[in-house]
Amino acid sequence: MNIIVVGIGKVGYTVAEQLSQEMHDVTIIDTDEDVINDTLQDIDVIGVIGDGATSKTLIDAGIDECDLLIALTGSDELNILSCLLAKQLGAGNTIARIRNPEYSNDLNLIKDSLGLTFAVNPEREAAAEMQRILKFPTARNVDIFGQGKVDLLSFHVNRKCNICDKSVKDAFAKIKTKALICAVERGDDVFIPTGDFVIKEHDTIAVLTPEKTAPDFFKQIGFRTPHVKEIMIIGGGKIAVYLAKSLKHLNVSATIVEKDLDTALNLSYNLPHINVVHGDGTNRSLLLEEGLKTADAFLCLTGIDEENIVLSLFAKSVNPEIKTITKVNHTLFREVIKTLDIDSVVYPKFTTASIILRHVRAKTSRNGESEVQKITRIINNKVEAVEFTVSKKSEAANKTLQELNLRPNILLGSITRDNEVIIPRGSDILLPGDSVVVVTSTERLLSLDDILER
Amino acid sequence: MNKRMIAYVLGLLLLCEAGLLLLPLFVCLIYSEPVIASFLVTIGILIVAGLILARFKPKDKTIFARDGLVIVSLGWILLSLFGALPFFISGEIPNYLDALFETVSGFTTTGASILTDVEALSKSILFWRSFTHWIGGMGVLVFVMAVLPLAGGGGDLHLMRAESPGPSVSKLVPRSNKTARILYGIYLAMTVTEIVLLLIGGMPLFDSITIAFGTAGTGGFGVLNSSIASYSKFCQIVVTVFMTLFGINFNIYFLLIFRKFKSALKSSELWCYLGIMATAIITITINIRNYFDNIFEAFHHAAFQVSSVMTTTGFSTADFDKWPEMSRTILLMVMCIGACAGSTGGGFKVSRVILLLKYAKKTVRSLTHPRSVKTITFDGQRVTNETFQGTIGFFIVYVIIFAVSLLIVSADKNDLVTDFSSIVATFNNIGPGLGKVGPTGNYSSYNSLSEIVFIIDMLLGRLEIFPIICLLTPPIHKKHFRKKL
Repeated sequence: MNIIVVGIGKVGYTVAEQLSQEMHDVTIIDTDEDVINDTLQDIDVIGVIGDGATSKTLIDAGIDECDLLIALTGSDELNILSCLLAKQLGAGNTIARIRNPEYSNDLNLIKDSLGLTFAVNPEREAAAEMQRILKFPTARNVDIFGQGKVDLLSFHVNRKCNICDKSVKDAFAKIKTKALICAVERGDDVFIPTGDFVIKEHDTIAVLTPEKTAPDFFKQIGFRTPHVKEIMIIGGGKIAVYLAKSLKHLNVSATIVEKDLDTALNLSYNLPHINVVHGDGTNRSLLLEEGLKTADAFLCLTGIDEENIVLSLFAKSVNPEIKTITKVNHTLFREVIKTLDIDSVVYPKFTTASIILRHVRAKTSRNGESEVQKITRIINNKVEAVEFTVSKKSEAANKTLQELNLRPNILLGSITRDNEVIIPRGSDILLPGDSVVVVTSTERLLSLDDILER
Repeated sequence: MNKRMIAYVLGLLLLCEAGLLLLPLFVCLIYSEPVIASFLVTIGILIVAGLILARFKPKDKTIFARDGLVIVSLGWILLSLFGALPFFISGEIPNYLDALFETVSGFTTTGASILTDVEALSKSILFWRSFTHWIGGMGVLVFVMAVLPLAGGGGDLHLMRAESPGPSVSKLVPRSNKTARILYGIYLAMTVTEIVLLLIGGMPLFDSITIAFGTAGTGGFGVLNSSIASYSKFCQIVVTVFMTLFGINFNIYFLLIFRKFKSALKSSELWCYLGIMATAIITITINIRNYFDNIFEAFHHAAFQVSSVMTTTGFSTADFDKWPEMSRTILLMVMCIGACAGSTGGGFKVSRVILLLKYAKKTVRSLTHPRSVKTITFDGQRVTNETFQGTIGFFIVYVIIFAVSLLIVSADKNDLVTDFSSIVATFNNIGPGLGKVGPTGNYSSYNSLSEIVFIIDMLLGRLEIFPIICLLTPPIHKKHFRKKL
């Protein structure tokens, strides 16, 4: 596909990089010449210097032959304008980042009248991810498939866990809930485990399990799944607002600590059910006074990565039982952050990129029918879980799994049929209309048929 | 530096050369010549060396600008060292240094020769000699890249930038390997067109293929002692036109293919290139009108010679060394200017000349109007100070290398005109110069030391100086280390 990315900030760069790696032809547009030149040094794309919301620049970038324009500049208005222009100049599809919470309600209205294919809101997506993690505090990351019926949970194995030092076969013999280990990360390596694989301490494991029985699964492997009742949020930015709104329906009491008085006043007006505190989140005594020791979860959402990480470490040292979620903007030092004891880390950049990527992948589907429902990258972006709808034309349809000649490093994780979740065995059949989750560590899957050996 | 990746790419490069040698091997089989063993041995050596270097696929494929420069310069040196083997093993050029000179002259598309009798060589060896022009014209790494993506990400661009002739490299399409494929596609199509036209002009098949290789790479190796002079007039005109075409930036052809005529014709470098060429042709025609039967004849030879030396090809239809001083001086000047950036030609490049002139104008202006502010543009784009600095830096290094080379070569027994023009002709990848190295002469009168200087100058000229310089300068931290000791 011919793709134009307007605005090469943090998200724009990640999206352009990953799309280029997926063999799309990417053109980047930015007003800053240095940004373009630096990016061209690192990734295989072509660059145009100029304002992405003017027709001259868009035509220079080849908008007439472009299949998709992704507008990711810092300004919502510019993104909308850029998409509108692109559509008029002949672009196939347009994606805009629209992050203003005030706009978010009007999003559907904007989408229709502007011919916007899709609007993505990084803060809202990050908030949604955090909310999923809060539901399962034991897990480091939570992703949902099959319209929320299947959970993909990744968690860290420790001594308390009774599957530690056992092979996958032995460990699961005792477990009565439906569950399947999809991937294991050990050090820098990632495995798609077979039955003989022995789980060790400090492994990170990704498990697919029906949503209803997920707490049961954790109980059986020896983790307690506490219900989060009291949470503390540092930084009253957009993510905090979205998150606070979604917490309204859950029985949770939340405290937001915000440095800026005006912002804090606005928050208290807009979110009456939340306890808003005006103060510096890095103030030790303030945190303790506001009940850090008794809180179940601690979310660091300030704009400064270092502050977020240090605050999470501090919270863990004061209250070892607390669940911390840390927002990190920079993606470059993931390896280092991974080694810290700060539970879950949310990278809004990756969340946004993976949503856009899913959209692109669905559009490039080979059979013309879009089969890709959802794509998530788990285990530090090394493993991909892709959800497909089985189409009638698919070669894999109406066959038992034993008959399918799967490529190496591919695992069929779960099948959702009507309201039932199946963790598949060799004798199970894929039927048209099923949605199936495929986990892979190497391939980039475009359609369900890609899982078969050719 | 990513040494593993460097070794891997170099290994691939040698394997690629082994593959390219199959073509002359094939020619050898057609003419059933006895030199077949020399090709087989070379291919064998290349495969073994290539496999040793490329045996491990490196996990970490990232390369930076410096690695790119090192790969390109080492790659070209290795290609030449191994490429000289067929000449040497077959015994047709008994001295290895002479064989190396001939090969480097081929790959760098210079066309300078130490051979006194070209026609004495066997056909397959002549074919390989001309084929090196074709390979060297667009670049070997670009060829490898067209087939398989090497480093991925920005790495490929570093390689491309280091290898292509010209101050700036812009990708035509988002993917590096697609760009490489398009470039080679245009290159191949133009070469085939020329072969067909030469055949129509009555040139034998073998000659038309080798001459087309020589033109496409802007090299200049012929297969006859008289270069192009003994072919029909039609063939000479075809060669004239194609030399001029191969001296034009390939981006322009790309734009024409995609029907972007407006932006293709907007290129000021193109018009400047054609303008300089036209002026030179007209002046020389007037200057040499008495040497030929009529003015059309004079124009024909002037046009051929100017386009030959300006595109740095180096074919000849007449002995321009016998022309009047003014014509010889003009030819020497256009030799230095060279072809367009992004073409297969060498020289200082028209675009650099334009930039330097603009800079000179700006300097004069700022002396007379110290407070005036003026932005300099090139094809509608603003030219940054860095670009100017880069061009001026290049110019300085160019002059220094030129002076040093001239000094070393002058220790040899030849006259100043020969020495000076021989450096001009090798450093700018042209081939024939004036005096003893003129169109009817050759480089055999120089000793080994001068030959080595020429070899280095040709490589420096083809790779635009900096990759080779980069290979010779140690990384900064090592210098400190030595100081401490």
